[in-house]
Amino acid sequence: MEQKTKVNAEDGKQEIVITREFDLPLELLFKAYEEPELFEQWMETKVLKMENKKHGSYAFETSRNGNVVFRANGTIHEFVPNQKITRTFEMENTPFPIQLEFLEFEKLTDKTSKLTMQIVFKSVAFRNQLLQMPFAQGINMAHNRLQEIISKLK
Amino acid sequence: MNLRRDVFQAIADPTRRTILLLVASQSMTAGAIAANFDTARPTVSKHLQILTKCELLKQEQNGREIYYHINAKKMKEVADFIEPFRKMWDDRFNKLEAIMKSKIHGQKNNG
Repeated sequence: MEQKTKVNAEDGKQEIVITREFDLPLELLFKAYEEPELFEQWMETKVLKMENKKHGSYAFETSRNGNVVFRANGTIHEFVPNQKITRTFEMENTPFPIQLEFLEFEKLTDKTSKLTMQIVFKSVAFRNQLLQMPFAQGINMAHNRLQEIISKLK
Repeated sequence: MNLRRDVFQAIADPTRRTILLLVASQSMTAGAIAANFDTARPTVSKHLQILTKCELLKQEQNGREIYYHINAKKMKEVADFIEPFRKMWDDRFNKLEAIMKSKIHGQKNNG
């Protein structure tokens, strides 16, 4: 079966392109990005700020078991409903430099749509490091488990 | 056999990722690894089998014990994989799709 979400990271390029086709009308897809309450649900995060306009800013934080585990923010440079969002993305308290994101929303049919997300990184090395992060998260989980075991021994 | 795909599947499982971390710091016996999990010992053995089969772990006989240690070369290959990143976005987008689909139905019910 063909994968719905595709990630293209060409060797030696400092960008990633993520594409996804949705069984949703374009307006609904865009709404999921535009409305904080909806964004919170699918990103499993808490929106602290979301100013959907040129030079507006946004911020969100993700908690697990009552602890903030991730915070991110950025500035919106272009916001054209049902067409595009251009923004920066900064992960707080990480060594990662700020990223530039180009999101393009397209209508395919009345009931389907497509999102193309181009993420530009400061360097090829930082891009490659970020690609490895979800795997690293698994490793952090293991660290937590280790801590749990050690605290039981005390 | 598609070895790359097998490796993807191997690291897609959180228990197996945890095993890799445990073994990354030092070689361990199956018993020592299993002691870190609440799951039954045969389940952990099954995970060890999978990890060994796709060459992420190597077995080494030391006296009467078999020690598992990490295959650094293969791990490097895994670290370069895009799959976990893709999976993360795929999960998010699946969720987005499900939530917004429920909105369509909600609208119909209200209207």
